[in-house]
Amino acid sequence: MKAFGYERAKSPAEAAAAVARTPGAKFIAGGTNLLDLMKLEVETPSHLIDVNGLALDKIEKTRDGGLRIGALVRNTDLAADARVRRDYGVLSRALLAGASGQLRNKATTAGNLLQRTRCPYFYDTNQPCNKRLPGSGCAALEGFSRQHAVIGASESCIATHPSDMAVAMRALDATVETVRADGSTRSMPLDELYRAPGTTPHLETTLAAGELITAVTLPEPVGGTQIYRKVRDRASYAFALVSVAAIVQRDGTGRVALGGVAPRPWRVEAAEAELPRGAKAVTDRLFAGARTTTQNEFKTLLAQRTLSAVLVEAKG
Amino acid sequence: MDRIRNLPITRRDLLKAGVTSASAMALPTFAAEASAVAPAAPPVVHKVKLSVNGKAHELELDTRTTLLDALREHLHLTGTKKGCDHGQCGACTVIVDGRRINACLTLAVMHDGDRITTIEGLGTPDKLHPMQAAFVKHDGYQCGYCTPGQICSAVAMLDEVKDGIPSLVSADLTARPRLGTEEIRERMSGNICRCGAYSNIVDAITEVAGKSA
Repeated sequence: MKAFGYERAKSPAEAAAAVARTPGAKFIAGGTNLLDLMKLEVETPSHLIDVNGLALDKIEKTRDGGLRIGALVRNTDLAADARVRRDYGVLSRALLAGASGQLRNKATTAGNLLQRTRCPYFYDTNQPCNKRLPGSGCAALEGFSRQHAVIGASESCIATHPSDMAVAMRALDATVETVRADGSTRSMPLDELYRAPGTTPHLETTLAAGELITAVTLPEPVGGTQIYRKVRDRASYAFALVSVAAIVQRDGTGRVALGGVAPRPWRVEAAEAELPRGAKAVTDRLFAGARTTTQNEFKTLLAQRTLSAVLVEAKG
Repeated sequence: MDRIRNLPITRRDLLKAGVTSASAMALPTFAAEASAVAPAAPPVVHKVKLSVNGKAHELELDTRTTLLDALREHLHLTGTKKGCDHGQCGACTVIVDGRRINACLTLAVMHDGDRITTIEGLGTPDKLHPMQAAFVKHDGYQCGYCTPGQICSAVAMLDEVKDGIPSLVSADLTARPRLGTEEIRERMSGNICRCGAYSNIVDAITEVAGKSA
């Protein structure tokens, strides 16, 4: 690990300003992804701003009947919150499908959204990777690509976003709140947090330098049957090959977001109109324009079958 | 064998000596390579207060020191093991402010004022923690390397169940979780045992869970 300075932030705005003015500085919260990458020198921050002391660990009701989840709420606490379990079951299930008990106790809401890909070529500093070293190429395109993205990726990068939580939040129409280095705040739909990789896969989010996520807001509960189904190589403690977050109403309408297939949680609102016609109609629309490799082409069919199983389960 | 046993050194001293001689051998090459690249930033030292197994410690640590390395290399509490050092195996599991975490994936400086419990703080050879006794009784280990992490994890896991925290395999998210074999296996999936003592580990945890319920 490279040497780095360390300080504890006193307020969200001060933290944002400190990261913006210090070259090579990064926030650290749970640290479960950042420290892993620092040990491999994939991440080499010169300075860490510890945001754990900021009082961003509350889950509060919003005025319009939704929930405001502080950026530092740990994955375990979010999954276990009585309101989340009752009204946003898909989120609780998605969180519990991710990582291990130990990691969920440390990992935070904002950190989960901002975690980096688990592409093995991103992790291996001996390999070319446009995300880690812009312009060096992509070893996954001609390499082992079974785990990689089939939609929304580019010729520069076919890495997936590894989060389960974010997939459920995308289905729930979550909004991300931030504070910028000048102290101003803004909010954006979760989908707008993520950039398409294009030719610049190292730029993953639309956050400005130093911009700090302070909360994620969920709109009022939408009811329905909420299901998160994750398909992976092990029954527990593994990243998704494909996952489905679904909210299905009694009349057969609903929402669907996929994980494990794209560089962001993958949801196409127009595809949801096809739900009454069954899983294939929905996934045909979700995967319009998909670009697969011989190793990962199974993911489109796996997603269709997983959604099909979810829709059967939703009917009860 | 007897002669080795009579030497006034431990296995740990031998290991340390081995490491020292290996690094002495490697040093000339390393120094030559290092001079060809830009000088690395100097280490930064930071003060941190930790309460470990009820005892207060004040340390001055390189900011890079993980909680795991602080426990093992600075406080010489070597019960907590370093397995993968990347949060994948659970051998380093300790309990911080009541919650189990991977000590390898957190910096010691991030734990100023925190209460940390390691395997050394759960029980003693004369007075084992019930979970330790159950692992012995059910033969919940073979080589034993993952065992301190398994035990710390299991103790904190039972508290999570008491707190009503659900798991992926809990059928009803809103009901109180009931701890069957499937629940234990899911909740303990962050602790890998390469010897494969899982069925006995589950038996040990089941026994303690039954007593404390």
